[in-house]
Amino acid sequence: MPVQYSGLIAEHLAVRNAAGIFDISHMGEVTVNGAAAEAFLNYLLTNDVRKLAPGQGQYTLMCRESGGVIDDLYVYKLSTAVYLLIVNASRTANDVAWLREQWNKFPRSDDVNLTDASHNYSAVAVQGPRVKDFIADCVRGPSVSAMRVNCVTDLKKNQIAGFHLGRGGVLVSRTGYTGEDGFEIVGEADAIQEAWEIILKKGEPYGIKPCGLGARDTLRTEMCYPLYGHELDEQTTPMEAGLGHFVSMDKGEFIGRAVLAEQKARGTKKKLIAFKMTGKSPPPRPHYPIWAGGAAVGAVTSGTQSPSLNIGIGMGFVPPDRATGDIEIEIRGNRFPAAIVPKPIYRKSH
Amino acid sequence: MSNVPSDLKYTKSHEWVRVSGGVATVGITDHAQHELTDIVFVELPQTGRTVKAGDACAVVESVKTASDIYAPLSGEIVEVNKSAVENPALANTEPYGGGWFFKIKLADAGEPNKLMSPEQYTAQIGG
Repeated sequence: MPVQYSGLIAEHLAVRNAAGIFDISHMGEVTVNGAAAEAFLNYLLTNDVRKLAPGQGQYTLMCRESGGVIDDLYVYKLSTAVYLLIVNASRTANDVAWLREQWNKFPRSDDVNLTDASHNYSAVAVQGPRVKDFIADCVRGPSVSAMRVNCVTDLKKNQIAGFHLGRGGVLVSRTGYTGEDGFEIVGEADAIQEAWEIILKKGEPYGIKPCGLGARDTLRTEMCYPLYGHELDEQTTPMEAGLGHFVSMDKGEFIGRAVLAEQKARGTKKKLIAFKMTGKSPPPRPHYPIWAGGAAVGAVTSGTQSPSLNIGIGMGFVPPDRATGDIEIEIRGNRFPAAIVPKPIYRKSH
Repeated sequence: MSNVPSDLKYTKSHEWVRVSGGVATVGITDHAQHELTDIVFVELPQTGRTVKAGDACAVVESVKTASDIYAPLSGEIVEVNKSAVENPALANTEPYGGGWFFKIKLADAGEPNKLMSPEQYTAQIGG
């Protein structure tokens, strides 16, 4: 996926106001099947996989014993004992190595099949408020697997279903990384190529634009969605990153639970905050120092000029006692005022 | 296909230079503005500052990245374009016109001869 096609800001605004399509074929796909697949995943992932009915997915994290995040991912239950993990491209190799390492130690490993299917799949994300008006002309229903629906727009948030498209068919979920309504479509390369072309054609009257990595990053930053390598790494826990909502403490034992339970009870040493620049300034960028009370207290993890708000925005880690009020961002030796704001930074005004 | 006006001089780092009466006007090329994408912030040098050719003396920021702008020639900064600071998108829409960045009073009137010709610059950007 290029950084941009027609222009980052135009692509960003197309997704906020109309529709955009992203090539996300770089994402990794791992399948986990078998009678003990649910137990295995519930031991490796922080969210509670048992809450998923066939055709449902959830955002979740995979942690080390230290609570440090190996990856953040989506897990879908396609049918009983059949799961699909969608993981970050840059983490796929680490994820698969970790999954295999744990599988080797897992008492019921004979009942778990683990496959890195990343090379078999391509994917696109179709995002924006107008997508629901033309997507059913591109992906024709009824569904043939996972969630049973008559029409792709009958899928609810986080649901997934299989549809006929191309030779092999596709899986379509109502998910995304932009904060807008939309769908992600996974399938073999020829089916996804066909999907890309038909979606651009059917979406044209609605103002669809092909969108690049640049817009994908500004859209997710406005929503305060974490990006692995920026807000998340193996030295950062879900609690520190403000993702405790996706950690199920009452589901029983899982890797990282002891540390995460203690952090939930006693607090963390760092906290992820979101901020907006309060005056004219250069855009904040990753690694810029964050100042509060006359001292450098942290660093920006993600920062950009917000195309929706036309002001500098970002996220960064600070000590919990600095996680409210006014801060400054140091940019090329000068400090510019900013205000810590609730997440998400961007909210739709209807 | 980028626009490379034939009456200007160029640098490897994608600045253009228009020399007139011992003063060089400097901006970034059409190719550069296109590569940078949407420009959202421009930081220009103080007038009166003395610069040497090759000094980083301004910063242009797109949504994605911050890029240094280098003085193509040595001399004194005698004027900066406040309109480009107020409206950074001018560097995208009028890179050779209203989007200019600063003017240098040249220390050495012969120095512009060391800059790239339009043909050399066109070859560099693969045009």
